[in-house]
Amino acid sequence: MGRGMRVAAPLVPAAAALGASFGVLARTAHVGAAAAVVMSATTFAGSAQVAAVSVLGAGGGVAAAVVAALLLNARYAPIGISIGGSFRGRFLRRLAEAQLVVDESWALSGGGTPEFDLGVFLGVGVALWVAWTGGTAVGALLGGVIGNPSSFGLDGAFAALFVALLGAQLRNRRAFAAAAGGALIAVVLTPVTPPGIPILAATAAALAGWRRA
Amino acid sequence: MSAVWVSVIAIGAGTAALKAVGPVAVAGRRVPPRLLGLLAMLAPALLAALVIDEGFASGRSLVLDARVAGLAAGALAVALRAPIWAVVVAGGAATALVRLVS
Repeated sequence: MGRGMRVAAPLVPAAAALGASFGVLARTAHVGAAAAVVMSATTFAGSAQVAAVSVLGAGGGVAAAVVAALLLNARYAPIGISIGGSFRGRFLRRLAEAQLVVDESWALSGGGTPEFDLGVFLGVGVALWVAWTGGTAVGALLGGVIGNPSSFGLDGAFAALFVALLGAQLRNRRAFAAAAGGALIAVVLTPVTPPGIPILAATAAALAGWRRA
Repeated sequence: MSAVWVSVIAIGAGTAALKAVGPVAVAGRRVPPRLLGLLAMLAPALLAALVIDEGFASGRSLVLDARVAGLAAGALAVALRAPIWAVVVAGGAATALVRLVS
């Protein structure tokens, strides 16, 4: 787990800043600081939280906010299944550890590969959870003072992170085929489906890489 | 209860369930090798989609904005075998720089 925290260390400032950015957004959307922090602690999934708070702030209603967030998080079902075999122990322990599933903790610990390391996964997950939840508290309470960190290129930083994580995965032709398929699905579906569906549907591209084996 | 708290609780419970499906249901079982081969392809497929989403998506549109500079700087850093923190910093700095001058 300590190794996971070291792996995550470079991302902690970015995750904290992104959390602060969510806190600022929650503030402007009239979502209280307590609700924003509880949401970060329990949902722990950036894009879904941003989507839900944006819908609520625009007066979109509870149902629309919940559906938007859960569509964005639907990918965590296949992601969790890909590492599920490595979890051990009692039901409650597995349930708690599962809450650390996010794109970054999964990808940085070798999720989906035979080299998956549960200790690294837990370390990355805990480090990012603390940064994300703490950042949210700072943003929600001091939003007016610090301004919006997103204007400083945070979105570009996370786009670059996914480029790095993808680069590490492109080890053979099958992986290239799966990546090309996933990107194509995302490009085609983004304009025509609600946010979340393109990423969920991109999991189907795993089949493309698989069948070329 | 306010709409905000109902949403917070519903999204928290729903997300917890989605995240728990694998670790709770599959835990400790041997996954068949053929299925492992499929799951290994999940990472490149999903990460490529996330690059598109984080780099180009704006709601339901695909746009070219300052994030493209972040993607390019990140890709260059990856090509130069930079450590992951340097890739993230390069992406953020390039994006911020383009926003600053445009």
